[in-house]
Amino acid sequence: MLSTLYALLFYAASLILVAGLALRIRKYARTPAPLKIPTTPAPTTQRGVALRMLREVTLFESLFRSNKWIWLFGWVFHVALFLALARHLRYFTEPVWFWVTFVQPYGTYAGFAMVAGLLGLWARRFLVERIRYISSPSDHLMLALLVAIGVSGLFMRFVARPDIIAVKGFFLGLLRFQINPLPADPILLTHLSLVLILMIIFPISKLLHVPGVFFSPTRNQADNPREKRHLAPWAAELEK
Amino acid sequence: MASLDMDHEDGPRFIADPLEIPRLKCGAMEGLKPFVAAPQHQEKLGFPGELVEDWKEKALEKMADLASKNRAFQVYLDTCVKCGACTDKCHYFLGTGDPKNMPVARQDLLRSVYRRYFTFAGKYFPWLVGARDLTEEVLQEWYSYYHQCSECRRCSVFCPYGIDTAEITMAARDILDHVGVGQKYSNEIIGKVKDIGNNLGLNPKALRATLEDLEEDLEDDTGISVRLPLDEKGADILLITPSADFFAEPHIDGLLGYAKVFHEAGVSWTLSSYASEAANFGLFIGSYENMREISLRIRKAAQELGVKRIIFGECGHAWRVGYSFLNTLAGPFDFLDQNYPVPQHICEFTWDLIQKDALRFDKSKNDEFRLTFHDSCNVARASRMGDMPGGQFEIPRAILKTVCNHFYDMERDTIMESTLCCGGGGGLLTDDLMELRKKGATPRMTALQQVTEDHGVTHMAAICAICKTQFSKMMPEFGYEMDSIVSVHQMVGNAIILTGQETQDQDDENEAVPA
Repeated sequence: MLSTLYALLFYAASLILVAGLALRIRKYARTPAPLKIPTTPAPTTQRGVALRMLREVTLFESLFRSNKWIWLFGWVFHVALFLALARHLRYFTEPVWFWVTFVQPYGTYAGFAMVAGLLGLWARRFLVERIRYISSPSDHLMLALLVAIGVSGLFMRFVARPDIIAVKGFFLGLLRFQINPLPADPILLTHLSLVLILMIIFPISKLLHVPGVFFSPTRNQADNPREKRHLAPWAAELEK
Repeated sequence: MASLDMDHEDGPRFIADPLEIPRLKCGAMEGLKPFVAAPQHQEKLGFPGELVEDWKEKALEKMADLASKNRAFQVYLDTCVKCGACTDKCHYFLGTGDPKNMPVARQDLLRSVYRRYFTFAGKYFPWLVGARDLTEEVLQEWYSYYHQCSECRRCSVFCPYGIDTAEITMAARDILDHVGVGQKYSNEIIGKVKDIGNNLGLNPKALRATLEDLEEDLEDDTGISVRLPLDEKGADILLITPSADFFAEPHIDGLLGYAKVFHEAGVSWTLSSYASEAANFGLFIGSYENMREISLRIRKAAQELGVKRIIFGECGHAWRVGYSFLNTLAGPFDFLDQNYPVPQHICEFTWDLIQKDALRFDKSKNDEFRLTFHDSCNVARASRMGDMPGGQFEIPRAILKTVCNHFYDMERDTIMESTLCCGGGGGLLTDDLMELRKKGATPRMTALQQVTEDHGVTHMAAICAICKTQFSKMMPEFGYEMDSIVSVHQMVGNAIILTGQETQDQDDENEAVPA
């Protein structure tokens, strides 16, 4: 019963996540950018733009220039989240991919870094007057959700381990459209429920910054307006 | 942080920090509003004359329309995570302490409404995501705070997603225009360009007379006949320059500088009475259609005069529209000489000549000036000069160092892509916003005071008509002479040696030689 419920929830949440993001990405991709607006100095070639974007999404270059504290907490959180997510691939693959085995030890401790980064960001929402002013309840709740996911995960890893073989069996089953038993461990179920919430709200919340950054014209346009004429389809209509 | 420098050679001194973050002063600038455009100014631009009855529906309709036509607007409404990186980057926030002048808070004035009507969370859980209904108070708040943004893009440099508040401000002003609440200053000026060809409303006859007077002054000054041609068909170069260059100080000295450079280069050039304006306030009000209409005047003038090249004079936002948008709005320019970029900046033109050793200078003519350079926001963050990214910083400085012995930059955090707006850009250069202009100028002026203390800087050069006008008003407020703001080509014009012109020294030595 419990296994079936969670199985259905995971299918539904995955569908919402993938379809929601796909719709949003389609919207961004189809909306034209009528003018060349890269924030200059900007690369003059597409290759340069790709490099700028790569630096932006891996190093958080602009944020580093802007504010070292936000950068530190934000970057640590995101890198740690990436490692933790990579580590979790072991519950979805059999045999486990070699590089997942490789990041396993880092992924384990990254959980602490992730929670530390989140707490740093959260503290700023209380302690820095300007950031307190711009924070909505949803900004706090988002941090609370992520912290709770991290803490419940760490708790299972270091304090009360669930039957991890059974958990893996459940998720491998989902990938093959079978429903295998999920252990009724309260911490595990909390962890999974919170992840479900995160997946569902992803496409309708500020988590849209993940696809959004790639579509930001100030960052993804090459600085070549004199060399190459840029014209949006609706603007071309004006010339007729 | 402001601090006491105990090790300074002339004893301890107090140094103010141009980027010092103020405490929040909620409501400090609330209710500040520039004059609203009169119906006739609105209608000339294709907008309703006054607030329409169904303004709420119309505003939301326009918002949806813009979100479907402009990717930046759509993506930036969704993407902000409220990280706070931009909160201390706006000069108006630094100068006023009003939290609604923090870029993210300024965006949120509109984003909160977008969320309420266009997102799931805002429709069903408005309190959770700070969504709110569009009311008349909100509309008034938009009018106030979207006219406290100079669209300078400093925030977009520092945002991890490149969110550009200027895009939101332009969209907000476009929405306001479409419900009948436009700003008098910008919209009246756009009307003048449509009627007469320039922001000033200077008709061709008056323009010709002005240019003839200036030619006489030049000849009196130099002993050489340096021309300021108008509407001359068959000239090689069309100069598009802000109309302020025809009447305001120090703009005129810049214009005379261009004329001397053209003269020495031996090229034929002309101004156009039809396109006698580089400025394009269509940018400020976020109206693609108006911006396009104004830009097309340049295309038409170039075709009618049969020129081969277009060069822009010193104007910041005009160079953004010229460099980044002209090809889009009024291109393609396949009828011009493709050996030169279209358009070219006067600084690019002058620097090319300097590199070819085609100009001679007497740098000592500028020895009374200890100079610094103010990067104008639109040039710095929305355009380029030369072939390399960052040429917009290097080329004007290289020119100044060629013509002036004493040049010192301001603090790195306040120049180049991090430059601080003059406080008067983006359609705010109007007397009804003087309080805001002064507060917004404070960070830049503090950085100037720093470099004055450190290096005895006396003058600041700029390449923007708005910056020049704004600073000539601000300089006296901060203990400088009004003429402490100079044009880059004024410095060029001071130092340039015109062929056939004898310097004072030579005159003394060779008195028998006729000039």
